[in-house]
Amino acid sequence: MRVMVLVKATADSEAGILPSNDLLEAMGKYNEELVNAGILLAGDGLKPSSAGKRVAFDGASRSVLDGPFAETRELVAGYWLWEVRDMAEAVEWVKRCPNPMPGPSEIEIRPLYEMADFAGAMTPDVADLHGRNRDRLGG
Amino acid sequence: MDPIRDTIEAVFRIERPRLVAGLARMVRDIALAEELAQDAFVTALSEWPDTGVPRQPGAWLMTAARRRAIDGLRRRPMLERVHAAIARDLEEQRDGHAEVLEAALDDDIGDELLALIFAACHPVLSREARVALTLRLIGGLTTAEIARAFLTGEATIAQRIVRARKRLAGAGLTFAVPRGREREGRLGSVLEVIYLIFNEGYAATAGEDLIRPSLCAEARRLGRILASRMPEEPEVHGLLALMELQSSRLATRTAPDGGPVPLTEQNRARWDRLLIGRGLAALARARAPDGSCGPYALQADLAACHARAATAADTDWVRIARLYDALAVALPSPVVELNRAIAHSMAFGPQAGLALLDALAMVEELGAYAPLPAARGDCLLRAGRPDEARAAFERAATLTRNARERDFLLRRAAACGG
Repeated sequence: MRVMVLVKATADSEAGILPSNDLLEAMGKYNEELVNAGILLAGDGLKPSSAGKRVAFDGASRSVLDGPFAETRELVAGYWLWEVRDMAEAVEWVKRCPNPMPGPSEIEIRPLYEMADFAGAMTPDVADLHGRNRDRLGG
Repeated sequence: MDPIRDTIEAVFRIERPRLVAGLARMVRDIALAEELAQDAFVTALSEWPDTGVPRQPGAWLMTAARRRAIDGLRRRPMLERVHAAIARDLEEQRDGHAEVLEAALDDDIGDELLALIFAACHPVLSREARVALTLRLIGGLTTAEIARAFLTGEATIAQRIVRARKRLAGAGLTFAVPRGREREGRLGSVLEVIYLIFNEGYAATAGEDLIRPSLCAEARRLGRILASRMPEEPEVHGLLALMELQSSRLATRTAPDGGPVPLTEQNRARWDRLLIGRGLAALARARAPDGSCGPYALQADLAACHARAATAADTDWVRIARLYDALAVALPSPVVELNRAIAHSMAFGPQAGLALLDALAMVEELGAYAPLPAARGDCLLRAGRPDEARAAFERAATLTRNARERDFLLRRAAACGG
């Protein structure tokens, strides 16, 4: 199964404070372990929400909101995509992560829907549309 | 439903391969190493519910296992086995055995896992034994899980593993990653085992025990582990690329009724872009320094041609034909020749395909192989020879044992008219 592992934002990450050298080194080692275990598929850090935008939907209307956004603890500062056997294994790997922030922080694990979950729900036309868009993204 | 037990099991699944690898290196005996690891796990199960999971569970388990090994010195029959192991070390190093044990424990365990993979895939073992032992030791699957995955009885698998361990013990393994000339052949065996595991998962059909399709994920994981440890080996990346690319199509190759969906008719929107991206990245590393490609890299490159094509009509058949030319040299087989002929017919027209197919008519292995007359039928029809095409499809229909395929071939025969 695939899981997205979300590093939640803190006041520090939202202030754009970059990780210390020690933390970068520890994170590097941790990432290496994930690669060595064959579970790491992708991952990256995100800039603070001050660099982000939101598009709010209400019926036909679209309004664009500029960051930064409030409710810091609900924001995301980075993510990984892992392929693991089950949630218990994902939890164990997350426990081994160095604290990604200088202060208290939180990492959230969310299993992905697999394509099979949608097998009956998507008509071929809709699925083709999704595919064309992804083809363009993939270059 | 015991959360602490689930946690301990998850920890153990993560740590077990490295633990067994480190212990096997130390005691030179896989069965004993597994026994010591199992004892450490049992100790954890009794202690961790009270103490909590230690911060470095891997180190904790290794210490516990090592304590058991030393306790074992006082007990038979483990006594003799540990003695024998230490005697072997003494012969080699002429050192105090405590120091030998310490040194073995402090070694970099990354390479030990690689050594364990090479041991499990040792050519002295049968293919079936290599597959079972690799899944047991590196994948951490239980004997029961392996039995279910291979549609075999648990006793058969258990016996296979016991025999394999004995065979390895008898072969006097050094538990080292082979170097030089030996390495190429031994690596070939490792890659073969991983690809066998993958193909067993790939062959699983809808409605079967879920453990079977999960073998594909298991093989991908093994491939990634190997690629992380042997980044300088092009064919390791070749195999990984092949598995990632083939996996990208797992969801689309079967129709809701369970029948196979040919590549050209699959819904490409549902191909897994993440796996395609990873497969293409691995393929980029799969070329040898001299620019050549091994059989796995060539097959991955073939899979990549399909993955890159946005629609079936965009497929670069000329490139595919050239890759099959190379594969026919690197991995000669009648089935590769047949696929090569089909690729040539797609790239250069039905006449080119027929010329190659006619050369295969005398190959004994293909005498009763339905895809050969089916490919001929397709080329003949495209060449404007419907009567011969119908006869070829009908012949193919009599050869296949698959009812769905037979229906398909008879429909094609009927569509030839006449």
